[in-house]
Amino acid sequence: MSSFRTPLGRVRGLGSAKSGTAHFWQQRATAIAGVPLVLFLIWLAVNLAGADYATARSLLSHPAVTIVLALSFFVILKHMRLGMQVIIEDYVHVESWKMIVLLANSVFTYVVGAGALYALARLTFGAMQ
Amino acid sequence: MRQSDPRPLSPHLQVYRPMLTMALSIIHRITGSALYFGSALLVWWVFAAAMGPEAYATFQSVAASLPGQVILFGFTWALVHHLIGGLKHLVWDTGRGFDLVTVERMARLSVAASVTITLVIWAVVLFSGGNP
Repeated sequence: MSSFRTPLGRVRGLGSAKSGTAHFWQQRATAIAGVPLVLFLIWLAVNLAGADYATARSLLSHPAVTIVLALSFFVILKHMRLGMQVIIEDYVHVESWKMIVLLANSVFTYVVGAGALYALARLTFGAMQ
Repeated sequence: MRQSDPRPLSPHLQVYRPMLTMALSIIHRITGSALYFGSALLVWWVFAAAMGPEAYATFQSVAASLPGQVILFGFTWALVHHLIGGLKHLVWDTGRGFDLVTVERMARLSVAASVTITLVIWAVVLFSGGNP
C-alpha cells in the first residue's frame, strides 16, 4: 500500500505507538552509561577480592561507592531487562508463553533490583554488625 | 512457530558457513544472557556485605570454592567480552566499520582483548594475594 506521507512525517512523533525507537535508544543509552559503571564494578571486585568483612563493609558503605553502586544496578538492570526482552521476542513465538516469559523477565529484574535496594539501604543506614 | 499454512521460511543459521563474526554475534547474546543471571550473584555479594559477617563469610566460602572460582572466572570473561562486543556494536551504530576487512579485524581483536583483559584482572587478584 502506498503512503502519501513523507519519510519525515512518518518518523516524526515516533509513529502511532509514540515509542518506536524508545527500546533501541534506551538499550544504547544504558550500554554507554554501563561502560564506566562496569569498569567501576571490576575495580571494586578486584579491590575487595579476599578482603575481610570489615574492609568490604567499610568500602561498600562509603557514600561514593554506595551511590555509584546504586547507579550501576539501575543502569545494568534496565539494560539486561531490555536485552532479555529482545531475546524472548526473537525465540518465543507462542503468544501465551511469550507473555508469561516476558513477565518473568520483569519479575526477575525487579526482584534482583529490590534485593540490591535493600542491601544498599542497609549498608547506608544499618549499624555495622 | 505455529503457522496456518507452511509458508517458505528465510534461511537460518544452519545454511551459512560458520565464521568468527557469526560466532561472536551469537556469543554476544549468550554472554548477555549469562550476565543477566550473574546480576543475582553481584547482588548476593553486596547483600551479604550488608547482612553481616556470617552472611559475608558464606558468600566468600562459596566464591573461593572451585566451582565458585570457575563461575567467577566465566563471569569476568563474559562481562569483559560483552563490554567489548557492546563497544563494537556502538561503533557499528555510527555506520562505521562495516567493510569485511575491518569487521574481521575487530572480531579477532575483541577476542584477544577480552581474553587478555580477563587474565590480567585475575592475575592482579591472585598476585595481590587477595584470593580468599
